[in-house]
Amino acid sequence: MEYLSLFVKSIFVDNMIFAFFLGMCSYLAVSKNVKTASGLGVAVIFVLLVTLPINYLLNKYILQPGALVWLGDEYAGIDLSFLSFIVFIAVIAAIVQIVEMFVEKFAPALYSSLGIFLPLIAVNCAILGGSLFMQERGYANVGEATVFALGSGIGWFLAIVALAAIREKMAYSHVPAPLKGLGITFITVGLMGIAFMTFMGIQL
Amino acid sequence: MKDVNLKEVLLQPIFKGNPISVLVLGICSSLAVTVQLKGALVMALSVIIVTGLSSFVVSLIRNSIPNRIRIIVQLVVVALMVILVDQILKAYAYSISKTLSVYIGLIITNCIVMGRIEAYALGNKPIPSLLDGLANGAGYGLILVVLAFFREILGSGTLLGFRIIPQSFYDAGYMNNGLMILPPMALILLGCIIWIQRSIQKDLQEK
Repeated sequence: MEYLSLFVKSIFVDNMIFAFFLGMCSYLAVSKNVKTASGLGVAVIFVLLVTLPINYLLNKYILQPGALVWLGDEYAGIDLSFLSFIVFIAVIAAIVQIVEMFVEKFAPALYSSLGIFLPLIAVNCAILGGSLFMQERGYANVGEATVFALGSGIGWFLAIVALAAIREKMAYSHVPAPLKGLGITFITVGLMGIAFMTFMGIQL
Repeated sequence: MKDVNLKEVLLQPIFKGNPISVLVLGICSSLAVTVQLKGALVMALSVIIVTGLSSFVVSLIRNSIPNRIRIIVQLVVVALMVILVDQILKAYAYSISKTLSVYIGLIITNCIVMGRIEAYALGNKPIPSLLDGLANGAGYGLILVVLAFFREILGSGTLLGFRIIPQSFYDAGYMNNGLMILPPMALILLGCIIWIQRSIQKDLQEK
């Protein structure tokens, strides 16, 4: 039951985009049509799902204060947590490289439409943010970390597809010239965020 | 390379080529820290330091980085700078470091840092790169501080924790706008800033 609650919470209440603004750059740049947006969304879900459990294990058995105790008692006092940024980002960069090669081989059309934003998933804040939140909130086991990864990935996916759909429709409306493009997109995302706030406080 | 106009390098990113409102870089990590001016100032300062120093370091070693692995090298340099800032904040300003929580770490993935390194530091000398990094950090910080100013004064009636809106206003029925503290308001305000900027600089308008 806890897993379900965590899952729903990470999709709606703690949505990466609307509650924490994570992954905003590619969110705004790749949301011009639904097809590309959903491709990127799936890639983000996948990368989160792979990197978070790995980073969780690394954090638990290597980085945390006292985590090296399994090597022997004399290592109990070692605190490597200051290394966590570098370790997390290295894992993420490696996974993204693998995903990139995979997509290039099996879905060339998606590869060319995602363009520069596929390698940029490595610097997508949502991914590193997921790992850092995982470290900060101290999930109890790998299962919880994985569920959190899946939930926040799906939340990101929903958010980008919804925005892409709205922007496709918005192409037909009259927007004041200075607001066109970027400005109106920001305001739309803000309004969507307010809509998402209604999920706040939901308990399962 | 002597004719690099340092003043131009320094001023361009703050207004005309502002990294947030014109280039749309680096929105990710920081809108959430604009609820209060204090957090925004610290964040702006950290970003300025990180962009400046990492541009400088990458520019110093730019001729010896193999092209294929440059992203990893850049990430390591940036991560190093961020760790330094993070440890300093933890040591000297623990309460702020707690409020900023993961957002300091997220400077690593802030597109401004990587973007400036890729676009500028890899092809220019260390000193202009340093200035370019600092100026882009400043342009970014400017937007953060403006946002935080409006959000704090309208949302809680304070600035840097001091009460600005006098008590007599509240007695007369004035109320804080609770909406300003909610995360989505940062986006809407930023949309308005872009609106104002593009009304003034017409050449930035799209289509």
